[in-house]
Amino acid sequence: MIKITLNNKAVTLDVDPQMPLLYALRDELKLTGTKFGCGAGQCGACTVHLNGKAIRSCITPVSAIAEQAITTIEGLADTHGKLGESAVQVAWREFKVPQCGYCQSGQMMSASALLKAIPQPSDEQIIEHMQGNICRCGTYTRIKAAIKSAAGNSPTTASLTTEATQHSSGVEFFDARVFSTDTQGA
Amino acid sequence: MKSIENVSRRGFLKVAGIASSSFVLGMSLPLTQAQAKSANNTVSHELNFFVSIASDSLVTLVCHRSEMGQGIRTSVPQIIAEELEADWQKVTVVQAKADKKYGSQGTAGSASIRNHFTSIRQIGAVARDMLEQAAANIWQVERSTVKAKKHFVIHNTTGEKISFGELASHAAKLTPPDSKTIKLKSNSEFSLIGKDVKLVDLDDIVAGKAKYAQDIQLPDMLIATIVRPPVVGGKVVSFDASQALKVKGVVDVIALKPRSIPVTTNPLSGVAVLANNTWAALEGRKKLNIVWEHGEKESHDSTEFSKKLAKKVNQQGEKVASKGDVYSHQYNESETLEATYTVPYIHHAPMETPAATAIVKGKKCTIWAGTQNPQWAKGNVARELGLEKDEHDNIELNVTLMGGAFGRKSKADFIVEAVELAKASKRPVKVIWSREDDIQHGFYHSTSANYCKAELTKTGSADHWISRNAYPPIGWLWNPEAKVPSDNQLALGFGDIPFALNNLSIEKHAVDSFVRPGWVRSVACINNGFALGSFVDELAVKAKLPTRQMWLNLLGDNRHVDPNKNGFKYSNYNLDLLAHPIDTKRMKDLINLISDKANVEQTLPDHQGWGISFLRSFGSFVAAATKVEVINNKVTVLEMHTAVDCGIVVTPDRVKAQMEGAMIFGLSIALMGEITVKDGQVQQSNFHDYPVTRINQAPELHVHIVESDAPPGGIGEPGVPPVAPSITNAIFHASKTRIRDLPVNKVFTI
Repeated sequence: MIKITLNNKAVTLDVDPQMPLLYALRDELKLTGTKFGCGAGQCGACTVHLNGKAIRSCITPVSAIAEQAITTIEGLADTHGKLGESAVQVAWREFKVPQCGYCQSGQMMSASALLKAIPQPSDEQIIEHMQGNICRCGTYTRIKAAIKSAAGNSPTTASLTTEATQHSSGVEFFDARVFSTDTQGA
Repeated sequence: MKSIENVSRRGFLKVAGIASSSFVLGMSLPLTQAQAKSANNTVSHELNFFVSIASDSLVTLVCHRSEMGQGIRTSVPQIIAEELEADWQKVTVVQAKADKKYGSQGTAGSASIRNHFTSIRQIGAVARDMLEQAAANIWQVERSTVKAKKHFVIHNTTGEKISFGELASHAAKLTPPDSKTIKLKSNSEFSLIGKDVKLVDLDDIVAGKAKYAQDIQLPDMLIATIVRPPVVGGKVVSFDASQALKVKGVVDVIALKPRSIPVTTNPLSGVAVLANNTWAALEGRKKLNIVWEHGEKESHDSTEFSKKLAKKVNQQGEKVASKGDVYSHQYNESETLEATYTVPYIHHAPMETPAATAIVKGKKCTIWAGTQNPQWAKGNVARELGLEKDEHDNIELNVTLMGGAFGRKSKADFIVEAVELAKASKRPVKVIWSREDDIQHGFYHSTSANYCKAELTKTGSADHWISRNAYPPIGWLWNPEAKVPSDNQLALGFGDIPFALNNLSIEKHAVDSFVRPGWVRSVACINNGFALGSFVDELAVKAKLPTRQMWLNLLGDNRHVDPNKNGFKYSNYNLDLLAHPIDTKRMKDLINLISDKANVEQTLPDHQGWGISFLRSFGSFVAAATKVEVINNKVTVLEMHTAVDCGIVVTPDRVKAQMEGAMIFGLSIALMGEITVKDGQVQQSNFHDYPVTRINQAPELHVHIVESDAPPGGIGEPGVPPVAPSITNAIFHASKTRIRDLPVNKVFTI
C-alpha cells in the first residue's frame, strides 16, 4: 500500500511498487488526462508534478513517490484553486495551442512547473525546459508564445497541490464510470 | 452522399442524447437511434449524418469525419452551420459512428473539405430552407419574403421573427426539398466560413478531459500488448507462456492467428499478453521467449536496397508520361544536369500510439478506436468475425479523437487485433501499442530514389527533361505481385510536372517490397517533391539564376496544365481538373509571394542561406522558404515560411496551424527522419533513435494565406512536400554542400 496526495486528495495505491505512476494513474485511478507517449521518459506526454516539479510519470515507480504530492492535468488550477484556469491553461486556450491535443497535458504540466520555478523565463529557459516534451503536430511556436503570455499574465502561477490542504477522501472521486460517461467522440 | 431526407418523420426521435430534438435532418436513411453525447458506451445508439434542433434552439450537428488534430470537428459543423444560419454559440457537435449512410468517412488524402464542401453545405442549406418554409407557413406569407438569419427566421417586411427552436417541430413535418434546388450562399454572404470560431475540442483538451482511444476504460476490461513477428511475414514457432502468467495481474497469454502475405491491413499476428493493467502486460511480454521463423523478408537491408534503387533510376524505366523526344536529343554536357535523390523509410510516429478497445459477444461487437477510416475498419472487423453483408451493423464502431495519425490510423490492423483478442478472451480488451511496437511494426513511407535530368536552355529554362522514380508501392499490401506504383500514386508530384517542356519523359521502375508500405502525410509527394524542389534549385545554381527565377522560367506562360496530354491518366486527387486546374499563374504568384515575404534574395551573413521550394498537391498550392545557418558542420534552421493558396478557407487559424505543423513535420523528415531495416527488422525503437523535431530545433514560423474564391483544396498534407527541399536548398546556399540523400543528419550535426 502506497499513500500519496493526488490533486489535493489522499489516495492509497494497492499496486506493484515498481509500477510506474503513469499506469497507476491511468489504469487504477482512471485519470486518463496524463498520457502514454514513449514509456521511456523521452517524450514528456506523461508529465505530472511531484511536489510542484515536473517529472515523467512513465519512468517513476510509485514506490518512489510515497507520501508525496502529485498533481496531474486534472488538478491544475489557478492560484485560487479554480480547476482548468491556471495561467498556462488560459494561455493555451488563447493561443489555440493544441492540434490533436494528445501531448498537451504534458506540455502544460511542464510549462506550469517552469513558471513556478522561473516566473519570467527567457526564451532560452523556455526552450531548455520544454525540450523534453515532443509535439508531433508541431505546435512549438504557439507553446512558446503561450508560455510567455502566461508568464506575463500571472507570474505567480501555481498548481493546486502545492497550496491546498489535504483531504481524506479517497479514489471514489475518480470512479471509472464517471469518466466513461464523459467519453469524447463516443 | 445520398439524398437528404427528413428523418424525424420516420419516428427516429426516441433517442438518447437528442431527446429534446424535434427536427432531425439526415443525409440518408434509415436511422435507428441517435448517438448519445454522454451515454453509457456499452449501449448502441446510432445516428445518421444530420442536423437536429431542440425546442430550446440548441442545434446538434454530427461530424462524420475523424479528428486527428486538423480541426475537422470544428470545420465540418462550421460549414453546416454557415448554410443553416445557425448561431455558433448554440451549436453542439457529436461524433458519427462508422456507418455507410454518412457517405465517405475516410479521413485521408486531405479530402474532407476539398471533396465534400458542397455536400456538407447542402445539409445545412436544406435544413435552413425547411425552417424558412415553416415560418412562411405560420405567417401565411410568400416563401420569398422570409429569410433565416442567425438562429431566427425573419419576415422581410414586418421584421417579425421566430426562433429556430420554435420552428423546429413545424419544419420537421415538411418534406425536405431536393438539395440541388436549394441555392447555396454566395461567398460574399459567408459569416462563419472564413472566420475563426471557437474550436470544438479546445476546452476539453486544455482541461485534460479529451478522450482518445488509449483512454477508453470499461468495467472488466483487459489490457493487451502484443509481441509481433520482427520480420513481415514471419511466424511464431514456439513460446513459453508460463513465466508471463506468473506476473501478478497477467490473466492470459494468447497466440494470435497466423497471417500471411499479402499482409493487407490485417494484424501481423504474434503473441498477446492480457492483463488487468498495462504494467503487468508489459512485464509479462518480456518473459515469453518466443522463437520466430522470419520468412523470406529476412533478407532485406535498407542501406543496400537504397543503393539498388538509386542504380535503377539511373537507367531508363517504364513510361508514365512523355512528350516530344528526350532520347535522340544531343545533350550539351556543360549545360546538362543529372541528379539522383533518395529518401529513407519514414514513420508516422503519432504521439498516441495505436489503440483500440473491443467487446465481442457472439456476432455482436462494440469498438472504440481512433480511426481515420471508420467504415473500412468496420468492414475489416466484419470479415474477421465472419459476418454476412447484412450483419455489418452488428458492429458498433465508436470513433474517438486521435492523438495524431498522419495516415497511420487509416489502417485497421490494431482494431482487428482488439476484436480478435476480445473474441478469444470473452472480455472487453483494449489493445495498446508500445512506442517500440509503433516504430517497429508500422506502415512506412517507402524508401525511394528519384532521378532528374534536364538541359538548360539559353533563356535560363529547360526543354528536355527526364524524371524517374523507384520505390515499393503501397499496392503490395494487397498484391504481392505489385511492383510499380498505381497511376493515383504517380499523380503525386510526379506525373503532373507543370513545366513548359516540349520534350519530357516520366518513368517508373519495378521494385520489390519488404516492409509494410503506407501512406504518410503527403505520401509520394514527400520524395517526388524533394526531388523536384531540389532539382529546380540545382538548375538555378547551374544557370546562375535566383531559384525563384528558375521556377518562373520553367513554369512559363500562364496556363492550365493537362497531364493527360502527355499520355498520363491523371486523377488530380479525385478533383475535377476544370474546377481545380494545374494553374501556373497561381503557382508563379505563390512563388513570388513567398520570395517577397521571406525576402529570400536578401544579402545574408556568411554561412547563412535561404532555400525555397514549391509543390501543388491535394488541390492546394504551397511554397516554402527556409533560412539556415551552417557553422562547424552544424545546421541551425533559423526561420521558415509557407505560403498557401488553398482556395476558400473555412477555418483560417486551423489552416495556419496545419501549415505550422507541416513545417515541423517536414523539418523532421529533412533533418532526422530515417527508419533503417537490417535482416528484415526495423532497427529503431523509440524517440532516442527515431528522433522527431523538438522545441529547441523549431525555428520562427510564418504562414501566408492567399485570399481566394477558388474551390477549396486540401490542407492537412500539402504543407509538407515543399518543406524538406527548402531546407536542403538553404543548406546548399549556406554551405555549398548539396544534400541529395535524406536525412541531413547523415552529413551534418543538427
